[in-house]
Amino acid sequence: MTTLGYYPGCSLHGTGRELDMSIKALADVAGVELKEIEDWNCCGASAAHNLNHDLAVALPYRNLALAEEQGLSEILAPCAACFSRMKGTTVRLARSAELVEKMRGITEREFKGTVRILSIIDFIGRLMDESLAEKLTSPLDGLRVAPYYGCLLSRGEDIVEGDDPEQPSAMDRALAAAGCEIVPWNFAVECCGGGFSMSMTDAVVDLSNAILTDAEQAGAEAIVTGCPMCHSNLDMRQRTINEAGLGPHDLPIVYLSEILGLAAGIEPERLGLDRHFVDAMRVVERSA
Amino acid sequence: MARVGVFICHCGENIGRTVDCPAVTEAAGRLPGVVESVDYKYMCSDPGQQMIKNAIKEKRLTGVVVAACSPRMHEPTFRRAAAEAGLNPFLLEMANLREHCSWVHEDRNEATAKAVDLVRIMVEKVKRNAKLHPIRVPVEPTALVIGGGIAGIQAALDIANGGKKVILVEKSPSLGGHMARLSETFPTLDCSQCILTPRMVEVAAHPNVTIMTYAEVAKVDGFVGNFEVTIRQKARYVDPEKCTGCGTCYQKCPSKKIPSEFDAGLANRTAIYTPFPQAVPNKPVIDAQHCLMLTKGKCGVCAKVCPTGAINFEDTDREVKVKVGAIVVATGFELWDHSAYGEYGAGKIEDVIDGFQFERLASAGGPTGGEIRRPSDGEIPKTVVFIQCCGSRDEKRGVLYCSKICCMYTAKHAILYRHKVHDGRAIVFYMDVRAGGKGYDEFVRRAIEADGAEYVRGRVSRIYRRADGKLIVRGADTLAGQAVTIEADLVVLADAIVPRAGGNELAQMLGIAYDTNGFYSEAHPKLRPVETATAGVFLAGACQSPKDIPDSVAQASAAAAKALGLFSNPELEREPIVARVNEEMCVHCRACINACPYGAIEDYDITDRKGNVVRTVARVNEGVCQGCGTCVAVCRSNSIDLDGFTDEQVLAEIATLE
Repeated sequence: MTTLGYYPGCSLHGTGRELDMSIKALADVAGVELKEIEDWNCCGASAAHNLNHDLAVALPYRNLALAEEQGLSEILAPCAACFSRMKGTTVRLARSAELVEKMRGITEREFKGTVRILSIIDFIGRLMDESLAEKLTSPLDGLRVAPYYGCLLSRGEDIVEGDDPEQPSAMDRALAAAGCEIVPWNFAVECCGGGFSMSMTDAVVDLSNAILTDAEQAGAEAIVTGCPMCHSNLDMRQRTINEAGLGPHDLPIVYLSEILGLAAGIEPERLGLDRHFVDAMRVVERSA
Repeated sequence: MARVGVFICHCGENIGRTVDCPAVTEAAGRLPGVVESVDYKYMCSDPGQQMIKNAIKEKRLTGVVVAACSPRMHEPTFRRAAAEAGLNPFLLEMANLREHCSWVHEDRNEATAKAVDLVRIMVEKVKRNAKLHPIRVPVEPTALVIGGGIAGIQAALDIANGGKKVILVEKSPSLGGHMARLSETFPTLDCSQCILTPRMVEVAAHPNVTIMTYAEVAKVDGFVGNFEVTIRQKARYVDPEKCTGCGTCYQKCPSKKIPSEFDAGLANRTAIYTPFPQAVPNKPVIDAQHCLMLTKGKCGVCAKVCPTGAINFEDTDREVKVKVGAIVVATGFELWDHSAYGEYGAGKIEDVIDGFQFERLASAGGPTGGEIRRPSDGEIPKTVVFIQCCGSRDEKRGVLYCSKICCMYTAKHAILYRHKVHDGRAIVFYMDVRAGGKGYDEFVRRAIEADGAEYVRGRVSRIYRRADGKLIVRGADTLAGQAVTIEADLVVLADAIVPRAGGNELAQMLGIAYDTNGFYSEAHPKLRPVETATAGVFLAGACQSPKDIPDSVAQASAAAAKALGLFSNPELEREPIVARVNEEMCVHCRACINACPYGAIEDYDITDRKGNVVRTVARVNEGVCQGCGTCVAVCRSNSIDLDGFTDEQVLAEIATLE
């Protein structure tokens, strides 16, 4: 049985509960054990790197050091922001011995750099390679989806490796295997407003509206994402967008892991599909 | 007894800044055999050369060492001076104190010590130098011009008008190159075809010019004055002798859906075709990949309708060997493939086109008859966005350099569009406008002021096609400091200029160098801009760097002048650095004959007085030997030496370093 380290971060305990649930259910089906890093702390996303660069590196550094101490060589960070911060930290540390020294001083912990960070897309790809592909017994009936990467699953050339940042395609294989039809659309890497959901909701309303509009015009029946921030901006704010006189939209926003879970025949409630703001249960009917 | 003179050059401050030249002079003066040692600020200048000449005469020198720059530039200068003073020029050697010492070191004491070593090495060598005499070889007064675009046409015409023969090789079925595809030309807006096609006809009709279209260079042997070039004439399947160019064949050809290279994919052509109606020669070829007869064995319509029986499906590629004295390379350029830019639609949005496609839309002979109509639906676009520097100056995904001609042709495109669509908007995104050239900046001002092109300084970050068909162009206006979004109907990308695919292989055949971008390298970036490092091979046009038509034509004429200069003497002097076999020691193992990359070594029978063969040995053909030294290294009996670089000389150089 493969064992992966697991870093849920704050999102997966809060707004991104469905992501946590669907990832765990999927790991279960694929026979992968997820071992949560003990005593993990905040990854620093959204705020720390705007305030203090040392803090922004020290926070993930401590998590990485803990993982290494606990014998974990690969860590799944399903939240795109956690992934970006943690993998970004491994990249920065690999580039600078000076930074490693500094972080050792700040956190009073050793990190030798033996830990690899996986995104949700890396993780699903891994499951597909192992055994998930054969277990997709209830594929969708050609549900037309717009794969949405946003910034954190497309950007940072050392962080998101092996994909075109402007025209990413890393989700395509798994989505096709799950029986989805991928619509060609324009906004796969556009900004959803990210961390401004609370502080500048107006910006989020405009940006997310543009994404929803383009997906609808492309004929998508759902947007598939891997990022809890994108999810909350597109799902939770959809009503706000409609109230602002835009839209009106009624587009389910689902996690990649939820779609794969459905195709694997996992009950929708175990995936958290009943917890969405915009009704996502309608995609359940589309699975065999 | 050797009497060597040493002349130390400061090269202004180039050497003197790092090397203590007076100290080197003094040290050199104490070397055994050195009878004269002086230093001077510029040894290559007239007074510097005079110092050397006077010393040769007054001190009766038997050898000279000039310690200065690389021999590449000034060895001929100093050897000429030595010869003028009556010394065999091959008794003069250079020690490179600049590239090999002052430019690459910082510590003055160490650099000075190294400079002394470099001088000592050359003193030891020159003491062992022998008088050598240049080898004279005949020159074949015929030029090969590779590439039938405007640069190749101009070079061929100039050489032919100079009274020498030219073979002009073009890989496509017609002469004309890219210029034949252009609409109008900056900065005067004269019609490209109108100024080009008469030139095409003129070169084809010239009695001194042999045209070979649909042909490629396959192999190059020999050396300056005596190249042997193998040209592969691709199978045309149409006998040019019988064909009258009536055009019945391509009107009847049923394979009509092949994207036309000439029209940049905006129109289709047939399998038997001439690229454009004004093609020279105006004789079609059959594209074997698309011909039904040649791929599936059925059809043959062209053969049935041809009134002169010119179609020959049995035709094959043929190789032709020609002897030429000079080669002009004019292979041109192509456009960078913008599908690398995902943010611009990765080449998949139909109405995001490149510069050549716009040229074809704007051409009277183009697929739209000169009306600007967008490819997707044939509508006349009311807002056209032009984006400069697409791939240029992009170290990460494109090319590092400026493609030079895009600022001008974009301004031209904007003007042409505004002339044709009066109520249309032409919006140009630029990084900066580089319009150096006669009448060039005035032309850009005209686009802005007289023709109303809207210039926006900034980069476009995104192009996508909205569901209603509009192209949404988002970018930055960095002068206004704000983001802009434009709803466009057509986008024209000024893709970077890149060398022709396959250019590296041709360079290797010719033995010429190319830079990191694949452009062919000139011998000197300032003083020898049309020559290559290989004697007798010259460059013209955009194969050397991005160039517009005036620059290409100017360089082509310069290359032609170089070729004519070469042809002005019936014979050529070659450096006598050739291998020599000691025939008394040669055991005729033939290792050298097998190893020689130039086929310069042959069996030679030594006969007695009655003509009976006594012994067979290896002998070097001086005319063919390139002095590479391979045979010296493989000779088992140590019977071969290289004149000017004998084992004795080289070992003496090494020994003095102990």
